[in-house]
Amino acid sequence: MIALIAFYLFATLTIASAVAVIFARNPVHSVLWLILAFFNAAGLMLLVGAEFIAMLLVIVYVGAVAVLFLFVVMMLDVDFASLRSGFTKNLPFGLLVALVLLAEIIIAVSARNVGPGTGVIPTVTQPNVVALGEMLYSRYLFPFEIAGLILLVAMIGAIVLTHRSRGDVRGQNVSKQIGRRPRDAVKNMQPGVGEGMIL
Amino acid sequence: MIGLGHYLAVAATLFVLGVLGIFLNRRNVILMLMAIELILLSVNINLVAFSAFLGDLTGQVMAMFVLTVAAAEAAIGLAILVVFFRRRGSIAVDDVNRMRG
Repeated sequence: MIALIAFYLFATLTIASAVAVIFARNPVHSVLWLILAFFNAAGLMLLVGAEFIAMLLVIVYVGAVAVLFLFVVMMLDVDFASLRSGFTKNLPFGLLVALVLLAEIIIAVSARNVGPGTGVIPTVTQPNVVALGEMLYSRYLFPFEIAGLILLVAMIGAIVLTHRSRGDVRGQNVSKQIGRRPRDAVKNMQPGVGEGMIL
Repeated sequence: MIGLGHYLAVAATLFVLGVLGIFLNRRNVILMLMAIELILLSVNINLVAFSAFLGDLTGQVMAMFVLTVAAAEAAIGLAILVVFFRRRGSIAVDDVNRMRG
């Protein structure tokens, strides 16, 4: 009973906040609704016993992606009101396409019976994280490493794209520093008594 | 009792909402990227629901990879957006075809 209530709560909130993401006037509000949608989707995944993915959703989506969105929305000084100009013009056609798509998905899902084991969740013998880890580091090791490579490429790509060298900043010249020798930098002097130091 | 169909219904609704968001906010790239995140989230819900109800963990592994790609895509997309904004002072997608070359 509790699980039923929790499912409907999470599902309703996920869909409601997804609607709010699309229709919010302020993009900052959109990002905040997106965060709520991610939290509730994580709750949905918890209900079927996918604990690790649920936590990953909270950490990666809420902690990284949504904060990145928030950062960009707040950093760019964009006139968002002018960007909404085509909104009402696109609304009827967009709704039509969305309804057709939804009807098609429903027909496709109901036309094909999804197969065995659709009723109840099978009992698991291992904790979710243990089982997932064993799979990830044995059978899916190679795709796992590729995923790491994708993240590396994305990181380097983002840095290369947004990095700009500014002319007015004095940076460090590494080769000049390394090329400096003691004989260029240090001079031994032996001034006589009563004489000053002449540089 | 909650079955696989309930999860599929939620994911389908979320997917359609994401597509609708791309349609409605044709000029605002940030909102389009958010709609893409919604679509990927619905795919993740589908994968996790199938994996749980069929008792096969492969779906959850795939959901992790989808998550990775979604994070990478968001980072690159927002970086391109920042560069575009710096050059043109606006993020209206109508002007993007001037970026060629």
